[in-house]
Amino acid sequence: MSDAAAVQSPWQTVRIVRIEKRTPRVTSFFFQLSRPFAYRAGQHVDVRLTAPDGYQARRSYSIASAPGDGGVIELAIEKLDDGEVSPFFHDVAAIGDEVELRGPLGGHFIWPDVDGGPVLLVGGGSGVVPLMAMVRHRARRNSSVPVALVFSARVWDEVIFRDELVALDDRKDGFDLILTLTREAARRPADYSRRVDVAMMVQSMAHLPGPPDIAFVCGSNAFVSAAAQALIDAGVAAEIIRTERYGV
Amino acid sequence: MVTRGFSSGRRPPTDGDARIPPGQYLEQGFPVLSAGPTPRVRTEDWSFTLKHGPRPIKKWNWTEFNALPLTKMTRDIHCVTAWTKFDTPWQGVLVDDILADAGIEPPTAFTLAHSFDGYSTNVPTKDLTAGKAMVALLYEGKPITSDHGGPARLLVPHLYFWKSAKWLNGLQFTERDEPGFWELRGYHIYGDPWREQRYTNDP
Repeated sequence: MSDAAAVQSPWQTVRIVRIEKRTPRVTSFFFQLSRPFAYRAGQHVDVRLTAPDGYQARRSYSIASAPGDGGVIELAIEKLDDGEVSPFFHDVAAIGDEVELRGPLGGHFIWPDVDGGPVLLVGGGSGVVPLMAMVRHRARRNSSVPVALVFSARVWDEVIFRDELVALDDRKDGFDLILTLTREAARRPADYSRRVDVAMMVQSMAHLPGPPDIAFVCGSNAFVSAAAQALIDAGVAAEIIRTERYGV
Repeated sequence: MVTRGFSSGRRPPTDGDARIPPGQYLEQGFPVLSAGPTPRVRTEDWSFTLKHGPRPIKKWNWTEFNALPLTKMTRDIHCVTAWTKFDTPWQGVLVDDILADAGIEPPTAFTLAHSFDGYSTNVPTKDLTAGKAMVALLYEGKPITSDHGGPARLLVPHLYFWKSAKWLNGLQFTERDEPGFWELRGYHIYGDPWREQRYTNDP
């Protein structure tokens, strides 16, 4: 590495151009990049806020939008009551506000370079965000890669991107959505109302034409631990399971 | 650039400031991060191998490794995802004591740490010796849980915590500085939190 090597993904100023409430606790913020970058579905960015006394806070957020949105990226931010950055977005941020952002970051939890498949996606709560970028990327490219998304939420109204996901599922083009609600009855025939388990993983993989080549699991640590173990117990090789964990 | 409407509400106490590297915040919990499922390594299946390039120098099983001198190390740790945790208490075997048991001096300037799940990370050998790093076996006096890298994890507390490889099964001396798993995927080759070396080519 030479001294002349450029810093990867330097900080840039970005402007909020759109705000959309997704669920009671999750709101999407759309940022116009001042220096647009190419990224891969599943990657994240770091966001930095600066207080008048110079104090800075930074957090990582997965990109929800598919690559190719002309310099605008969507971050779906869950409000954490004891948080420092997410309450700013939920309670203060308005269209036209500027923050600093650095990205794209992360080279592991990303949609494969070459279309293979089938692909299994398993998300809990806001862990669906990087998986949503993958689902949107697939749809935008009219890809025929078979994908099943198992998405666990507490209740129907906390299913982030619900209408869009159900509409994509209704296309019947090789993308299947399997919702599981942990605190409410299932609303759709193929859905569940319990925590993820081995039987659910086996049945969800039956939506695919064959065993997955790769599986992406994202959510809280407790969710990811349980879901990854359920996949292994359902016969999925640990080597093909990629995980991303949020929080404690 | 000051952010409109943002104030330093959750700023850490002043007496702790000097211990928090730039861009980090103080965390009371102990978050878990990993690239894949948590391997459940049984101590009866565990082994640790010291290598020079492809050549094994010495291999220990769990019982043999636990017979090496145990050292206590209580340190602040810094994760690249921006949390810092103060005073984490570990016990384990200093890399110095592993080398002494193998009867060798470090043969090269670079080391790759290897894990049971295929993970690897590179650390300059001088960052592992002279009491700087250990293979940790206990956290808060108890066996390290699998979530946190048990049975044994590397502890290199002065570098970002991805360097402290979980589920460790060996150290390999290499002639060159060979990037490991995250270093090949956009993260810094060295990872000094005080210089904020998070991503590739950060100064």
